[in-house]
Amino acid sequence: MTKDDKDEWDQKIDQNLRKVFQSKLEEDVPDKFMELLAQLREQDDQGSAHGK
Amino acid sequence: MANDATPIDPREAVVEHLPAMRAFAASLTRNSAAADDLVQDTIVKAWKNFDKFKPGTNLRAWLFTILRNTFYSDLRKKKREIEDVDGAMASTLSEKPHHDGRLALADFEKVFAQLPVEQREALILVGASGMSYEEAADTCGVAIGTIKSRINRGRARLAELLELSDDDGLELTDSATMAVLNSGMQVRKTGL
Repeated sequence: MTKDDKDEWDQKIDQNLRKVFQSKLEEDVPDKFMELLAQLREQDDQGSAHGK
Repeated sequence: MANDATPIDPREAVVEHLPAMRAFAASLTRNSAAADDLVQDTIVKAWKNFDKFKPGTNLRAWLFTILRNTFYSDLRKKKREIEDVDGAMASTLSEKPHHDGRLALADFEKVFAQLPVEQREALILVGASGMSYEEAADTCGVAIGTIKSRINRGRARLAELLELSDDDGLELTDSATMAVLNSGMQVRKTGL
């Protein structure tokens, strides 16, 4: 593979890697994650009455 | 507990990193249900270990480190199971992806999924998530040179697999280039 072809492939690969990652980033985060965070915060609040 | 005068509690900032954690997890697990389980486990572990997080340092890298450590430790636990999954996956992947002459994202994802996990994570961290080589090396607990070589090997393998999956040879029209590219694939090509 010549250097130019390698660069061309690298560009295509990078574009696609970003697209793969971006498409996932743009997905809505399912509610279960917010529920889990809320649960963990609640446990903290109960665990230490004075907070931190 | 909330106090405007204190710096933002990193616990409160976790939510901002959820999309990136899910994207990173998906690139490791190649399965969105497994990715979400992994992110949930990561959040719980992070929560237990927040006293070890140094405020002002890179929270995303810290979360990614926990995420990948969790992933690899699960992988070791379920090694046999995972190998079976990989085997099943590899057989479905041996079909040629549909091609219209351009590189479709779905084809890319199929091919990307065939790379070893170390190469996938290095490529995603540096090529997609925007981490520096140094951050990626810290996140993965390896030397910068190791990250670079995983990326180089990953790219080379991707180019090779994408070339194989492409009926039209993409836009690489130069015959000398094609000869070089095809030289390693004669057995497969002539079989068609």
